[in-house]
Amino acid sequence: MGAEFVQFSLTPILIGVLASVACALPGNFLVLRRQALIGDAISHVVLPGIVVAFLVTGTVAAMPMLIGAAGAAILAVILIEAIKRLGRIEPGAAMGVVFTALFAAGVLLLEQSDTSNVHLDVEHALMGNLESLVWLRAEGWHSLLDPVALAALPDELGRIAVVCAVVVALTALFWRWLKISTFDEGFARGLGLPTGAIGLGLVIAAAVAAVAAFDAVGSIIVIAMFICPPAAARLMTNRLEAQVAWSVLFAVLSAVLGYVFAGYGPLWFGAENAVSAAGMVATVSGAILALACLFGPHRRREGVGAVPGT
Amino acid sequence: MESFLAALLLQAGYNAALVGIGAALLGFAAGAAGTFLFLRKRALVSDAVAHATLPGIGLAFIVLVALGGDGRNLIGLLAGSAVTAWIGLICVEWMARRTRLSEDAAIGAVLSVFFGIGIVLLTVIQTLGTGRQAGLEGFLLGSTAGMLFEDAVLIAIGGGFAVLATWLLRRPMTLVAFDPDYAAASGYDVRRIDIAIMALVMAVTVIGLKLVGLVLIVALLIIPPVTARFWTERAELVIWSAGALGAVSGYLGAAISASAPALPTGPIIVLVAAALFLFSLLFAPARGVAAALIGHRRFQVRVHRRQGLLALTREEPILEPYTLRLLTAEGLTRPDGVATEAGRAQAAKVARDEHRWEVARDIHQDAALTGRYDGLTPIEEVFTPDEIAEFDRRIGAPRAIEGPA
Repeated sequence: MGAEFVQFSLTPILIGVLASVACALPGNFLVLRRQALIGDAISHVVLPGIVVAFLVTGTVAAMPMLIGAAGAAILAVILIEAIKRLGRIEPGAAMGVVFTALFAAGVLLLEQSDTSNVHLDVEHALMGNLESLVWLRAEGWHSLLDPVALAALPDELGRIAVVCAVVVALTALFWRWLKISTFDEGFARGLGLPTGAIGLGLVIAAAVAAVAAFDAVGSIIVIAMFICPPAAARLMTNRLEAQVAWSVLFAVLSAVLGYVFAGYGPLWFGAENAVSAAGMVATVSGAILALACLFGPHRRREGVGAVPGT
Repeated sequence: MESFLAALLLQAGYNAALVGIGAALLGFAAGAAGTFLFLRKRALVSDAVAHATLPGIGLAFIVLVALGGDGRNLIGLLAGSAVTAWIGLICVEWMARRTRLSEDAAIGAVLSVFFGIGIVLLTVIQTLGTGRQAGLEGFLLGSTAGMLFEDAVLIAIGGGFAVLATWLLRRPMTLVAFDPDYAAASGYDVRRIDIAIMALVMAVTVIGLKLVGLVLIVALLIIPPVTARFWTERAELVIWSAGALGAVSGYLGAAISASAPALPTGPIIVLVAAALFLFSLLFAPARGVAAALIGHRRFQVRVHRRQGLLALTREEPILEPYTLRLLTAEGLTRPDGVATEAGRAQAAKVARDEHRWEVARDIHQDAALTGRYDGLTPIEEVFTPDEIAEFDRRIGAPRAIEGPA
């Protein structure tokens, strides 16, 4: 736990944790509203967004990429809504049409454009590159107090920290609205709450979290964190407050354990090279969910809709 | 263009021709099999199945290499992918049935976790030290470049079998997709047929891995059925037109992709399917947007025309500008709102219709018939000539509408 840890592992773990929490928070409400797959759709359409941003600006600078990705995510949400209403098609199928078509367009654009000299490819978009977000200027724990070294922190850390803070703040600010409209939309409307705007706001917040997290860790962690920690938390408790707390705990646990297993796990088995950290984080979150499915105190459906004999 | 025509006419080489045929068969099987999934409202289950193939590919490669074989043997890789896809499917079913989580959460969880495991395995393979690039990334987005002849044959045969299986199982699967309760009451084992649907979807996914890739294969299962749904309301027709749309997408997509470099097969096939979808969404006669707009417009015209004519019969001024424009354009009124000869004749007809309806409501207690009065339906469409003659006898002779004499 010396200088090497600070240099190579501290920042990726922090970024992983912040990205996981930023996705898990809105994920709680998406899972409860049965919109869990919005996260899946958004993380697919991010690809055409960043490709278009690259083609327009000609650089891989972070800001245009983020704007392009966010634009694509919002476009996708609008398209899904439009196809649902215009064609009277069930939401799942409408989502499937939109995200696959946009993703295909993104891959085609990428193949057609000359991106050989920049680091932009589909695999990177899917898997992220958590391992590369190292803090080379750090010389040990004391670097945390050294302004020169701090200035050399990876940019992704700052961005994901800001987005995570915004997501936390929004969740806290709109807590009561979100809670009421998620559990009883009719009652929320009766109280005069703008349920449509709340739903759209939730999706947009999820999109922003997805885009920022995607920038740092790739889409696979994004999808896993939207769903697995909240779903596992749902099996632990009946109270929303506790569920959100559990989901944050699970998200942090997945990110830390996933990174550690990916980086150090193979060494324990005598292998020399690390494996994909993003894949391992998703795997750990899946293991946590599996445990919750098997042993979670509230894993079964209760009351109306319970499956008899379970 | 020339190379596109060549590919379209199967003249661009033996392999390209086989890929084209394989893509068409695969597209047909995917469209038809996907229809059952779509009608069952479980379209996105296929996404979980597709992503769950990745760890199977990785494991199969590791096992093949460990046994001293060629890790890139397509049959071995596809068999491995089928195993984990099936496990993923069982996980989705189990979570949705045995825990309180909804199906979409189960789909998302399986999709991301299996994909994550697959990515981990791919990085393990990269470090295995076998010294050669495994090329397994090609399964993510499909790759037909440098496809082996045997692989193309395998895809074509697999696609053919999937089409055959769909044809054999079409009746029970249609029944279950539309009305599982009725199917159960008719003696079908719904659970088993559901499994058959899923097995078919899985087979299509596995066959399509090399061609379209696991990220986009869901598109072939979802987009053609949704497109077909715009054109017809009949189940049997939806299945076969979805199949046809899928086949056209597959064939055209493969041909376009073969005609130039940097046109990856999978994305092109998906974009062709999406283009067909967009066209149908806008222009399909039954449920398309244009048809809906035209229908709405016609309804609007009928309402305005009727209300305008009724205003004439009551000798009231027409205040609504749209109504006035409409009647003037048809030559029923002058631009200042005064009825023409033809307009008075039409107004008299409408007035008689209203009058007959009034009488009909008076003497008929049959709400099913008189309830069809909506201010638009001519009475001739509801009552027989004899009945109308009876109404007329009660009304008396037709009256003329006062004109600008």
